[in-house]
Amino acid sequence: MTVHFKQDKPDESNRLDDMRQGVIGKALPRVEGLAKVTGTATYAAEYSIDNCAEGVLVTSTITRGEVTSIDRDAALAMPGVIAVIDDPRLTTRAAQGTADEAPQQKPKTVCYWGQPIALVVAETFEQARDATKHLAIEYRVEEGAPLDPNTVEPEEQEDETVHQGDLAHAMSEATHSVDVTYTTRGHASAAMEPHAAIAQWDGDKLTVYASLQMLNYNISELADALDMEEGDIRLVSRFVGGGFGSKLGISEEAVAASIAAKELGRPVRVVMSRQQVFQCIMRRSETTQRLRLCTDANGTLTGFGHEALVSNLPGEEFAEPVLQSSHFLYGGENRELMLKVARIHRMTAGSVRAPGEAVGMPALEAAMDVLAEEVGIDPVELRLKNIPEKNPEEGLPFSSHKLAECLRQGAEAFGWDRGPRKPRQTREGEWWVGTGMASAARVHNVSEAKARVTLKPDGTALVETDMTDIGTGTYTILSQIAGEMLGLSPDRVLVDLGDTRHPRGPGSGGSWGAASIGSAVYVACQAIREELASRLDVEEAELDLSDGKAGSGESIVDLLDGKDLAREGYYEPGDIADDYTASGFGAFFAQVRVNRFTGEARVDRMLGAFGFGRVLNHKTARSQCLGGITWSIGVALTEALEFDPRDGHLVNPDLAEYHVPVHRDVPDLDVIMVEERDPAASPIQAKGIGELGMCGGAAAIANAIYNASGARVFDFPMTPDRVLAAMPD
Amino acid sequence: MAQTISVNGAPHSVPDDPRVTLLDFLRQDVGLTGTKKGCDHGQCGACTVIVNGVRINSCLTLAAMHDGDEVTTIEGLGTPDEPSALQKAFVEHDGYQCGYCTPGQICSATAMLTEIANGWPSDASETLEGAVEISGEEIRERMSGNLCRCGAYANIVAAIRDVAEQSA
Ligand code: FES
Ligand code: FES
Repeated sequence: MTVHFKQDKPDESNRLDDMRQGVIGKALPRVEGLAKVTGTATYAAEYSIDNCAEGVLVTSTITRGEVTSIDRDAALAMPGVIAVIDDPRLTTRAAQGTADEAPQQKPKTVCYWGQPIALVVAETFEQARDATKHLAIEYRVEEGAPLDPNTVEPEEQEDETVHQGDLAHAMSEATHSVDVTYTTRGHASAAMEPHAAIAQWDGDKLTVYASLQMLNYNISELADALDMEEGDIRLVSRFVGGGFGSKLGISEEAVAASIAAKELGRPVRVVMSRQQVFQCIMRRSETTQRLRLCTDANGTLTGFGHEALVSNLPGEEFAEPVLQSSHFLYGGENRELMLKVARIHRMTAGSVRAPGEAVGMPALEAAMDVLAEEVGIDPVELRLKNIPEKNPEEGLPFSSHKLAECLRQGAEAFGWDRGPRKPRQTREGEWWVGTGMASAARVHNVSEAKARVTLKPDGTALVETDMTDIGTGTYTILSQIAGEMLGLSPDRVLVDLGDTRHPRGPGSGGSWGAASIGSAVYVACQAIREELASRLDVEEAELDLSDGKAGSGESIVDLLDGKDLAREGYYEPGDIADDYTASGFGAFFAQVRVNRFTGEARVDRMLGAFGFGRVLNHKTARSQCLGGITWSIGVALTEALEFDPRDGHLVNPDLAEYHVPVHRDVPDLDVIMVEERDPAASPIQAKGIGELGMCGGAAAIANAIYNASGARVFDFPMTPDRVLAAMPD
Repeated sequence: MAQTISVNGAPHSVPDDPRVTLLDFLRQDVGLTGTKKGCDHGQCGACTVIVNGVRINSCLTLAAMHDGDEVTTIEGLGTPDEPSALQKAFVEHDGYQCGYCTPGQICSATAMLTEIANGWPSDASETLEGAVEISGEEIRERMSGNLCRCGAYANIVAAIRDVAEQSA
């Protein structure tokens, strides 16, 4: 039985708070923790499947053109090689998040350097890998593919454009104004588990073990690529070794494994190399951003301008949504926002953790620091002054808004010394030391979601959905939500995820997972509670469940009479999405040291204070924040994709040359969670959390670099050469 | 004479194909997939195992080079029923998220604590001589070959410190 709940109004009842089990929000360790720490959690490539052949993808060494021939015979003559596959259904890009249809196919047509064009299958991985290196491929090259976003005429993304009032006039009339341009380089998700899939056919039925974030969309993307019915496909992703956007859409290895397994009549595994993951999944676009901000004498914004240029391949709809939070974060009646996309032939641009704000917020918040100095006020004060009452463009109210509390609590806990600031006040040996801060914002999304909850006669509960846990804590929070609602200790709740045989969840992406699937589980549990209440002949509101018993003493097991009690919860976001602007907010504070001789910047300590609705598990929520802050350090100091200007190929496609933060780059971090209930965000009053921690943090570091050393750098990442060049003598 | 590698105490024959890395040997031939492949190039530490008491990146060495060696993998350190102190501390401190770097972090930390106990200095050590004092900086320096893209570093360090201080 499916119970449908569409949220059209804010839910002020906060039902979870009325429950008696007392586990919601608790800092419980992860239910799958022991499996992860003992190496017994099974990731996509690790299923033991008999007679599995090994496939290795072959990628192009030209930028644009056509594959005219592949010399299969030579490869097939090599030991163990079984097949060279260049089926036109092979996909050449990863699908964009929520695409719901196959990405680009026809591997003979090459659109970027490093694009998959074929698959070699052999008995062993070593044999397949060797054969790909010996495969002779001929191309017809189409010269002159545009590669530099600054040299093509970009396309305006019109639905992002805002012209309100007259910004140019406001800028010229204002007491204080700044007009600055920032650049950010491309980023890679670089999830630690490379993309992998094992495909296995049973007649016309296909099972794929894969590393994917959104099975509910991936199944239709795969079905479309293979021209199959979804009902004939099963996808399994029980453990996913990180996603960060890179596994939102079906990717090349899953389609290739499926095609090869069908053709060969035996299971095939395809695992991408680290280099292939870098080159043929997704990059975050580089950006160029112009910020124009102006205020009256007191520092109240009268004008707000944010224009950005990003890039993508021809034919891709995704444009890094740089301005997403700029639309509502600060006031200013004269507004000018515009996003443009340059069509170039670098690899596909798509979602990388916190698409949009991950780069838009650092630029905006660095510009706010320049403005604070110009106005001569404390940067925290400048933010507090400019928090709008309502969305300054659409006039919508905010569902909840914790920016001011986060700024105040964060400043207090960090020991922020208020007042106008001057750079270069503290030196320790060869290091300048200083502090900086920034606001955080990330739009909150929810999606429809389904989950089945079954109360079992043995006194346990089972939660089933194809939702994934990509390290975010889904297994654990769902056991807590169901446990809280049904009066069970979470260890009595078995959560079964990542299998398309279960009801469709929302998938993990855009920070919408927990609030959406948590709401579906909540709806299912609510329906079970109603049934239990009617069996007990009481009102549901009076049903007091804890530790397997009702308040009146009956055990839940007795009420079940030896039978399962199952309900499927179907949660759907309703009209409410159009009535409110919903966002997570926060504040970052950082202390940084800058070497006066080398320009090297090191983060000494960093704090983030965040408001994102109800906290479902303090331990896993904090970890999400820690992860986000860690990414902020990478964005600020080290992460940059570098492309060869001659052919657009990614020149640093590995973890030695693309520098993600390592242990020694990350100091002890403080996280403050400003607990709130957001009644409009979801029926469980929770908002997204996985991305907020990196939406602005890089600016706190950039602003601290300036405060420490006097180096105002306008390009992220702030590598030693750039810092040194900007440092006053 | 047949060549064997001891993995968690059990003998396994060295594979015929000399190209097989120790990592692929463990994952494919022995079937112990707790050891992870993150890069295959010695850049991430996900494949860290302990060979004859010393931690190495198993992707950077060929199985054929390990005749007679004793290899300990994450499965050899503890099990869900009997986890090691570090494994327990990682669960307690949430020293992971997706879990993919985790076996490598734990194998690395296990051997790293022995290195500290044996007085091996690092870039973070005050001096090159004498006992090494365990500190956050010492742990961070020595664990920097184990990447965690989820960004669980702060919790990983807390977990390791906890165990190091308990056993100190
Ligand atoms: S897989 Fe060996 S270091 Fe990355
Ligand atoms: S836990 Fe995901 S990479 Fe470390």
